[in-house]
Amino acid sequence: MGIDLTAEAASRHQAPTVRGPSEEPVVLTINGTHHTVGLEPRVSLLDALRDRLGLTGSKKGCDQGTCGACTVWVDGRRVLACLTLAIACEGRQVTTIEGLAADGEPHPMQRAFVEHDAFQCGYCTPGQIMSAIALIEEGNAETDEDIAEFMSGNICRCAAYPGIRQAIKDVRDARERP
Amino acid sequence: MNTAIGRPVDRVDSQAKVTGGARYTAEISLPGLTYAAVVGARIPSGRVEAVDASRALAAGGVLAVLTHENLPEIAGQPHLLPSLLGAAAPGQSFFPMQDAAVHYAGQPVALVVAESHEQAQYAASLVDVTYRREPSITSIDEGRDRVYEAQRLFGGLMPGRDERGDVETALAEAPVRIEAGYRFAANHHNALEPPATTAVWQDGRLTLYDSTMGIRATQLTVAHLLGLPLSHVRVITHFVGGGFGSKAMTWPHVTLAAMAARHVGRPVRLALTRAQTYTSNGHREEQEQSISLGATRDGRLTAIRHHKLSITSRFDDWAEPATGVSSQLYDVEHYEGVHSLIQGNTMTPTFTRGPGETLGVFTLETAMDELAYELGVDPVELRLRNHAGADPRGNPWSSDGLAECLRLGAERFGWHGRDPRPRARRDGDWLIGTGMAAAAYPVAFFMPEQRARARVYEDGSAVVQTGTQEFGTGVLTVATQVAADALGLPLESVRFEAGDTDLPNTSAAVGSAGAGMVSAAVHAAATALRDRLVAMAVADAASPLHGADPAAVDVADGRMRLRDRPGTGESYADLMIRHRLADTEAVGSWTPPPLDTPHGLLTFGAQFAEVAVDPDLGLVRVRRMVGVFAPGRVLNPKLARSQLVGGMVWGLSQALLEGNEMDTRHGRWGASNLGEYLVPVNADIPEITVEFVEVEDDVVPLGIKGVGEIGQVGAAAAVANAVFHATGRRLRRLPLAAELVMDPPASS
Repeated sequence: MGIDLTAEAASRHQAPTVRGPSEEPVVLTINGTHHTVGLEPRVSLLDALRDRLGLTGSKKGCDQGTCGACTVWVDGRRVLACLTLAIACEGRQVTTIEGLAADGEPHPMQRAFVEHDAFQCGYCTPGQIMSAIALIEEGNAETDEDIAEFMSGNICRCAAYPGIRQAIKDVRDARERP
Repeated sequence: MNTAIGRPVDRVDSQAKVTGGARYTAEISLPGLTYAAVVGARIPSGRVEAVDASRALAAGGVLAVLTHENLPEIAGQPHLLPSLLGAAAPGQSFFPMQDAAVHYAGQPVALVVAESHEQAQYAASLVDVTYRREPSITSIDEGRDRVYEAQRLFGGLMPGRDERGDVETALAEAPVRIEAGYRFAANHHNALEPPATTAVWQDGRLTLYDSTMGIRATQLTVAHLLGLPLSHVRVITHFVGGGFGSKAMTWPHVTLAAMAARHVGRPVRLALTRAQTYTSNGHREEQEQSISLGATRDGRLTAIRHHKLSITSRFDDWAEPATGVSSQLYDVEHYEGVHSLIQGNTMTPTFTRGPGETLGVFTLETAMDELAYELGVDPVELRLRNHAGADPRGNPWSSDGLAECLRLGAERFGWHGRDPRPRARRDGDWLIGTGMAAAAYPVAFFMPEQRARARVYEDGSAVVQTGTQEFGTGVLTVATQVAADALGLPLESVRFEAGDTDLPNTSAAVGSAGAGMVSAAVHAAATALRDRLVAMAVADAASPLHGADPAAVDVADGRMRLRDRPGTGESYADLMIRHRLADTEAVGSWTPPPLDTPHGLLTFGAQFAEVAVDPDLGLVRVRRMVGVFAPGRVLNPKLARSQLVGGMVWGLSQALLEGNEMDTRHGRWGASNLGEYLVPVNADIPEITVEFVEVEDDVVPLGIKGVGEIGQVGAAAAVANAVFHATGRRLRRLPLAAELVMDPPASS
């Protein structure tokens, strides 16, 4: 679930531009809003969101790509924000849990999570919801087995897994019968 | 009346949690915030010979490097005590960085404070520590020549030995005997939010934002260690990302954060890394258990001997107590439970969900399965035949329900007609097996007085407060429900506030006691406030209720009225406006019954599981689970069900996935991340059925026995018994890793 930057980077630059190691302005587009933040190149997207932009909805469970709590979308694809450098997201659209509710109206997946009590402590929940919506978009929510398999990158230690699956099925089925 | 309690209402914090609006400890933003990173010892035993902090101090943004050479001495020594007791509750009787000694790998030896998280992490990697390594003991196998019997457990709270009758003779004379021994790997909680603390000093007073299951415990512990008046320490915790016991005690990093903040004169955030959680907040200790059952031919137990051996730290006789259920669940005259220890180079182990009894019950209930096979008696019937009607002192259960749980579980699962023969059912390459176990967990009453405050405003809305904290149990929701019913208000009119030690205090929410004790305190406060308002009304000549017997008045929708003439009455609001009261409030408290209450105190349940085993690959897939529980009053079945499902998954996981091996050459854990320490993911978990058996209980607070642990207890045994049924092989260690489960190579 990383982003392949090599081809694009190669086409954009003949000679590599050296940035950093000290802090410098980085332009990030988060939930449709442009932000210019001073960042060292080593800052992860997750830490940029949480510590610099006050967007703490994306969670840090492991900081090493094993738990899924930091799942966000970059250009519509799910990405682990802890394994993504913020500076590599310039020019891309980053969507976080804070960007889901359109005009204050919760996303159907957010409502379904509440209805099926698909969380307890709530710490993995933003990542679960970002994965859950993406799953349907990816076409990986066709069967119960698919849902279980493609949601397995998001750990819920409270173990709300049955409720998470049910929430995804509800949203998928509601979309199929408009 | 009683319209909110028992209803499956949504969590009151659900919007905050699904929108990312819920703020956890490491997300509190403060002006001038700095970041701390812990440097953990790389050796399990020995001394720090030298610390060269020069490179770290020269790195960008670094404000300080603290070591045993410049960290001030703590004012009070830590003494391990469970946080439920309501006193200082350090997780271990040891505080690091007071001298050069190293007792366990990962023990903090330095702390770096910097302007940013990245700068602190990087500088921590530059702190150059030279060690002198000494011999270490980090596993049971390494310490077998130094086993001793524990006199007291839990910081001196419980005896290490429990015996009655003459086990030796009873076992020797028993017509049927089952003897078995088990090895259990260490477990780590792995709450998804790594523990974090943010410390702020102002005018000699300390505010801590702390990821804890007990803000009161943090307050008491830090005040004790730093020699501060209790009034000078405030702890605030709004959301906690899971606990499972790892945040039940106050660990050294919390006080270190406060000391670092005092040193740099700015707020400090100390967030542990995932890897550090394996050596910073306790764990479930590596252990062995052995059990001997004596029984008659018709399946009556006559004797149980249950021994546990485990490894603890150099400074505490910690053992999670494993015999509280095996000594009580069945009617057995002769019993002996013993806890033995080895002191080694680990930190002090700690409470881990279902502490002690979850493995104690595993041992008991797999032995009961063996006994059922030995006797040719159905496993459910064997439990029914032996269930005790009273505790070993002869006191009746405060409430029971085990038989009903067993019967209902068997029915829901489709247990009847099961072919008990092992290895008899197949589905393609898969061997299919079913198993069951009884479940029980002690109800804990060690807490002091619990307090809450209730306030009604003249608009008829209310706020109810206690200093508890929300870590996924749903306490914010159920306390709101309890308050609404006690005040006679609709749920929407009541706001429940928690998470601050400036509020009336409750103990740490541990041992499945949280919902019960908080609800009891909230109920007391809300009832006191309602009674005061009713008393004011009946004494008021201007009230329609003037002169009425207060006992004849009830309240619904904020309106006080005569029970048998509901047309006569008035609202809280009308009364308060007439009395020029903008608001009014009452404090309530609840004190647990004495420890020698003449009642047996266990929560009961029954667990059933079906597994499929691939004998060539050693794969085990749990196909379905059914759990039936009798936890007393269920305040909110939606939330209680979630917690019980979670517990059952923990049991499944304990049976099949979770375990950490010590690398004894280095004295360090083999796994320290979620890639290598296996926890269940979505695809591991089948559909799970949870049912309740209603039991009335007037001994426990509001009839609530709790749901935090009972869901886990017995689940691992049900899964392991199902694996036996599938494969015909009894496996003597957990987790049931593939290499154990797969058929041994055929001998040629």
